[in-house]
Order: sequence, then structure tokens, then C-alpha cells
Amino acid sequence: MVLPDHEIAHRGRDYAAATPATDIKAVPVRHPGRWIGAAAVAVALAMLAHTIATNPRFQWGVVGQYFSSSSILMGLVRTIELTVMAMLIGILLGIVLAVMRLSPNKVLSTTSWAYIWFFRGTPLLVQLIFWYNLSALFPTLSIGIPFGPGFVSGSANAFITTYVAAILGLGLNEGAYMAEIVRAGILSVDEGQIEAAYSLGMRRSQVMWRIVLPQAMKVIIPPTGNQTIGMLKSSSLVSVISVPELLFTAQIIYTRTYQTIPLLIVASLWYLAVTTVLTVGQFYVERHFAKGGSRRLPLTPLQSLRRKLGEQVKGKSNDPRFTH
Amino acid sequence: MCRVVDVRKCFGSQEILRGVSLEVKTGEVVCILGPSGSGKTTLLRCINHLEKIDSGQVWVAGRLVGYREHKGRLHELPENEIALRRADIGMVFQKFNLFAHMTVLENLALAPVLVRRQKRGIVEARAKELLERVGLAGKGDSYPSQLSGGQQQRVAIARALAMEPKLLLFDEPTSALDPELVSEVLNVMKQLAGDGYTMIVVTHEIGFAREAADSIVFMDDGVVVEQGSPHEVIFNPKQERTQAFLSKVL
Repeated sequence: MVLPDHEIAHRGRDYAAATPATDIKAVPVRHPGRWIGAAAVAVALAMLAHTIATNPRFQWGVVGQYFSSSSILMGLVRTIELTVMAMLIGILLGIVLAVMRLSPNKVLSTTSWAYIWFFRGTPLLVQLIFWYNLSALFPTLSIGIPFGPGFVSGSANAFITTYVAAILGLGLNEGAYMAEIVRAGILSVDEGQIEAAYSLGMRRSQVMWRIVLPQAMKVIIPPTGNQTIGMLKSSSLVSVISVPELLFTAQIIYTRTYQTIPLLIVASLWYLAVTTVLTVGQFYVERHFAKGGSRRLPLTPLQSLRRKLGEQVKGKSNDPRFTH
Repeated sequence: MCRVVDVRKCFGSQEILRGVSLEVKTGEVVCILGPSGSGKTTLLRCINHLEKIDSGQVWVAGRLVGYREHKGRLHELPENEIALRRADIGMVFQKFNLFAHMTVLENLALAPVLVRRQKRGIVEARAKELLERVGLAGKGDSYPSQLSGGQQQRVAIARALAMEPKLLLFDEPTSALDPELVSEVLNVMKQLAGDGYTMIVVTHEIGFAREAADSIVFMDDGVVVEQGSPHEVIFNPKQERTQAFLSKVL
């Protein structure tokens, strides 16, 4: 039945009159299924906590003894070094590969495509062992004119130390993944931004560095944070080529003392700690590159603390997006 | 100031411009009218070489756009020279295209500092004057997303003016605006026309064209159908096609 307009208006008025404007006091719906689920999970957690606390084979004393030992800390520093170096190489290479991939020149774009195809298509472990054994393929390395004479040359073994092999292996592999992340970021920038920049007389490189990449960062940062955390842990793979990073150091100790589990716990705790630091860092980097966005930003812990204390810090930031 | 000679442009197999010729004198305001798909926007984009033309010539300020003639042959200009010539041609887009990650002041100051290599202090002082001129004094520290469409378009006009262009191109500058915001942009444009800027304006605002234009060009299907003073083209159109179009929009 279709009601005439005046009839709908009339009934609407009746409905409004029937529900006075008071706060609703209703009995909430119960969720027994959820309660049972929560209880089961709580029991499982309690069992886990109990065994961690009471099973003597965890050897928490040994964990405490080695947690801040100098050899473990040296390994940790080496792990962080590897992560930073490999990510730097990966990000720079990724930008270059992404720009090449989007180039109108077929040689450049195809080369970039093939690089990504190869380095994503073979296992990282294989690549690491390959770089480690590079001297078997090229006993001497030299710098000179292509196909012509060399100026400087030396033994590959002297140049490709295990540490260099590790950084090359991790960084070159990372470049392939970062290239796709950067490319996604570049493609996410509106075409109009690029045209506006060109129409102001900017050159291609200026448009890329001043207009496109800064805006692409919003898309690039979250997966790059992910990649960095992944790299922190992938760096443990270089233990197979005997680079004394965190895991390899722990392995050296436990092959001597047979305290395998506690030393793996030591390494894991450090990986978790660094991951936590990286996660916090990513939060602030993302905020920095959110400039000019229309989305409201989440509060920093400091800001929410101030809010809780009821402190109104006015005039500190007149950008409404930074406050709720 | 700007001369377009028998320009043709295809996208794939579709010919968008089929031999367009046009002349704009220094200080003149030319409005281009016409239905969607008639090639107005493409013509504008060809004038500052955002699109490459297939045949014909485009001259701006006495120089060929995108090419150099040497010993009877055309040579494509290198990228940095194309960029330098574009710097003399301001363009205002339908969708504003303000740089989203920069404040209004940074939007205005970027190209003069980067392209013209002018001192930041001088550029920013002039940018503030320009903002005042388009009625946005004090908005320098806002981000584009915090402004209304009309305000953004006025910033875009100020950004084009900051380069001290010899020629201003407007590509349907009010088409993306709410109706109530159209006039604030048109008022700024009328003011520029009065100040003696050379302007080519693609628009659907017949009222603006009648008031501000020195000459009106009516385009359809990739050719100039009719050209003349606003009085001639709008009130006494000779061509049937122009009459049909105007009867729908007036």
C-alpha cells in the first residue's frame, strides 16, 4: 500500500509523540557463546603462564645471565647494522628500480622488470650463499672501462668478506620488494599533481623528488615498516654464512654449553624488543608524512596523556587535525 | 602573444583537433565555448605542450612551443627548455591540483624558487601579496584540504600568477565548484582580465564570457566553428551549430 504524502507526515508525527525523549534503559543482550570462548582462552593462557613460570627447563637463570652478556650485545649490534645497511640499500635501489620500471624507455623498464623477477623468484638463502661464494665465479674483481682495461683489481675474497656478502645478499633482495612498494606509491599520486608541476615549468626530476615521492610516502611508509621488521628477522639467515649476528652468536654459545632453549629465548626477546622500537618509530614517521591529508591523525602517547590530565595546551598546534 | 596554426591532434584513431587556428593578442581575453568533447581542453593542453601536437604550429610569445626550427628542420626541444617555456605560461585546472602535501604559501613559492631561482624571502613576500589579491590573506599556512573548492581555485590562480606568466590558460576553472562558490573565482578572473593579463579561458560560464572576453571562440567536433566579439557570437551567432548550442545553455 502506498500512502499519500500527508498521511505519511501524519503518522510520522504520531510516532514522534509516542516516544518521549528520555535516555534508553534496556536490559543488554547476553552473549553466552563469547563468555564460554573467553573462559576457554583464559584457561589456556593460565596453563601457558604456569608452565613458563614453573618448568625448570626454561632455565630463566641462564636467560638472565646471557641476556646482557657482551657477546650477545655484540651480536645484537651486528644485527641492527645489517638491518639498517640492507634497508638503506633496499630503499635506494627500490626507488631507482621503480623509476626505471615506469620509464618510457623499454630497455630501462624491462631491465627493472627482469631484476625484480629474478630477485623475488629465487630464495634469499640461495642468494646469500651465492654472494658468499662469488669468488668461485669471479676470482678477481676490477674497476675499469667496460670490455676494456681495468684500473684497479683485487681478489674477490678480499673484497667480498662474509659481512659484505651478507649486506649485498639482503640489500639486493630487498631492493626488488621495495621497488614494487615504491612503484605502488608513485602510481597512487594523482596525475593532476604531476601536470600542475609540469605546467609551472618543473623538470621531470624535480617533479619526482618534490611532488611525487613526498606524496607517495603516505603509501610507501606502512609496507616499508613491515619490510624493516621482516629484515630484522631475515638477517638471522646470514648465520648460515657465519656472520656473527644475534642468532649466530646465540648458536655459538649453545653449541658449547648445550643450553639451547634459554639462548633462543634470549635472541627472541631481543628481536621482540627491537621490533617494538621499530613499530613506535613507524608511528611517528607515518604522522610526519601525513601532512596535508584530510584524515584525522591518531594522538601520540604524549598527547593522549595530556588529554587525560585535562591539560589544554592551546596555541601549541593550530592544526586541527592533530587534536580530536 | 599566442598563435595556433592549423593544429591537429589524434588520440589513437580519434581525431580530437582537426585543424584549429587561433590568434590571441597581448592583453586580450579569449573565451573558448563549446560542447563536451569538442577539443577545447585538448587545445589548451597543446598550447603549453602537456600534449604533443601531430601537425601544425603553436607559437607563444614569438617562440615555437615544444620545437626549434633549425636549417628548415624541426627539432624537438630538450626537456629543460620545454620546462622553461612552460614556466611563462600559467595554467589553472578544473580540479585545482594544488600540491596536497604543501601549505598554501609553499604551493605559491615552490616554482619561483625552484624554476626561476628567485630568493625565498622575496618570493614569499610576493606570494602574500598575491594571496591578498585573490582575497585569501592569512590563509598561507593552511593546507589545501582545509580550504573550500572556491578558495583552492583562487590559490591555484595565485600560484600561476606567482610565476609572472605572459599567458594564462584556464581549463574550466569553475566546473568542479559548488554553484555558490563560482562567483568568487569568476570575480578574481574578471579582475585579472581588467589588469591586462593575456588569458585563454575554456568555460561554460556564458555570463563571464560575455562580460570579460574580448573575443569568443566557439568550437565543436575539433574545429573552430565561429569566432568574434561576444556581441557577435553570443547574441547574433551566424552558424547553426552555435545557435543550437547557445539555445541550450542560455
